[in-house]
Amino acid sequence: MLRLEDLKIPNLEPVNLTIEPGECVGLSGESGSGKTLLLRAIADMDEHGGQVYAENIAQDQVRAHEWRRRVMLLPAESQWWFDTVDQHFSAPAKHIEALGFGQEAMGWNISRCSSGEKQRLSILRMLSNCPRVLLLDEPTANLDSSNITRVEGLVRGYLSEHHAVAIWVSHDASQLERVSQQQYHLSDGKLEQVGAA
Amino acid sequence: MKTELIVLTAPDLMLASMLVLALIGLGMRLGLGVSRTLTVAAVRTTVQLLLVGLILETVFSQARLTWIMSIVLVMMTVAAWEILARQKRKLKGWWGFGVSAFSLFISSFLITLLALIIIIKADPWYTPQYAIPLLGMLLGNTMNGIALGMDRLVQTAWQQRAVIEQRLMLGQKDREAIREIARDSMRAGMIPIINAMAAAGVVSLPGMMTGQILAGSPPVEAVKYQILIMFLVTSGTGFAVITVLQLIIRRMFDSRERLRFDHLLREPR
Repeated sequence: MLRLEDLKIPNLEPVNLTIEPGECVGLSGESGSGKTLLLRAIADMDEHGGQVYAENIAQDQVRAHEWRRRVMLLPAESQWWFDTVDQHFSAPAKHIEALGFGQEAMGWNISRCSSGEKQRLSILRMLSNCPRVLLLDEPTANLDSSNITRVEGLVRGYLSEHHAVAIWVSHDASQLERVSQQQYHLSDGKLEQVGAA
Repeated sequence: MKTELIVLTAPDLMLASMLVLALIGLGMRLGLGVSRTLTVAAVRTTVQLLLVGLILETVFSQARLTWIMSIVLVMMTVAAWEILARQKRKLKGWWGFGVSAFSLFISSFLITLLALIIIIKADPWYTPQYAIPLLGMLLGNTMNGIALGMDRLVQTAWQQRAVIEQRLMLGQKDREAIREIARDSMRAGMIPIINAMAAAGVVSLPGMMTGQILAGSPPVEAVKYQILIMFLVTSGTGFAVITVLQLIIRRMFDSRERLRFDHLLREPR
């Protein structure tokens, strides 16, 4: 479903990886090890070598914005540019209650949202676009434990309902155990499967 | 009832310069720190304008196309240079110069040409009494518009690069991701001339019209010329700002709709 073939980014050995529909891959590694750069390359936000396929469509086969609509990156820090929350949604938001909000949250003023609220809203914003591949860069970094559970549950449900896939970056090994079927670790420019010999 | 032109003499100008000297003196006494720049600027304006007066007198008496074209070339080069000098974030050398020069050319130069040939119908079309002041006025204004619009676009896009990338990540097209910033930059480039048009005749008497009236033209004739100039300047500035914004936005993103400041800006040293 998502396939990386010799994906090359600076300071990293070529990456080969296949993720089956409904699956999530957990990715850990120290700050600066290249986790974010790897996600950016998959979303085609940076120049890179090699090839990425999503549902057998090659990255360079479709226009960049169409690729990113399928393969959507959730950055560690979400950005908001209009005044209210709903202005940032191109499709009606779903799962609002699943992340602990009421419907009125859509009318909130961005400047009054806390960083944790923005983080959760950015996940709703992402899912409202119905992406096939979720690239999640520390999606729960600013959240308290009850909201972490909500986000984990929502993403798991989304993946199995839509047969979508995800790469979940986190520093929390136990979280990756909960949300992903395989875990990888990035260090010294190498991507290695955790637990594999 | 055409009145004779009252010729200004050197002592007349000396009297006016006394005012500036007095201002410089007062600035020094109060330690306001403007005296130096003021002195330099006052000397510059005197020397530059006297020089240009001498050159124009020769050119007007000869009306040779090659001479006029070389003056035009110098004016446009300096204007393009001036645009780049006013940018807070420096564009890549020749590319930046090329963008400024190209947008000046298609706005100021072509519109002046159009006005000379079709509207004013000067004979020959390059009659320097019309061509040079007209081009000068267009260049001065479009230069301002381009410099302001360009600076706003590059500066805002740089500050909001995280927002632009976020919008790209959500699957927006590159043009969509920069739309609000482009709109803002267009407004920034056009505001001076829009203000000038709105205030013309009510708050301020435009310089060219004032000059013609001082030189003895009937006010209504001067006004007609001023309206012409206003329209030319507005369309020139508008086309120039649009051109420059389009060119920069094209350069700001690559074929995969990635934000590429490395294509646009000079490496910081």
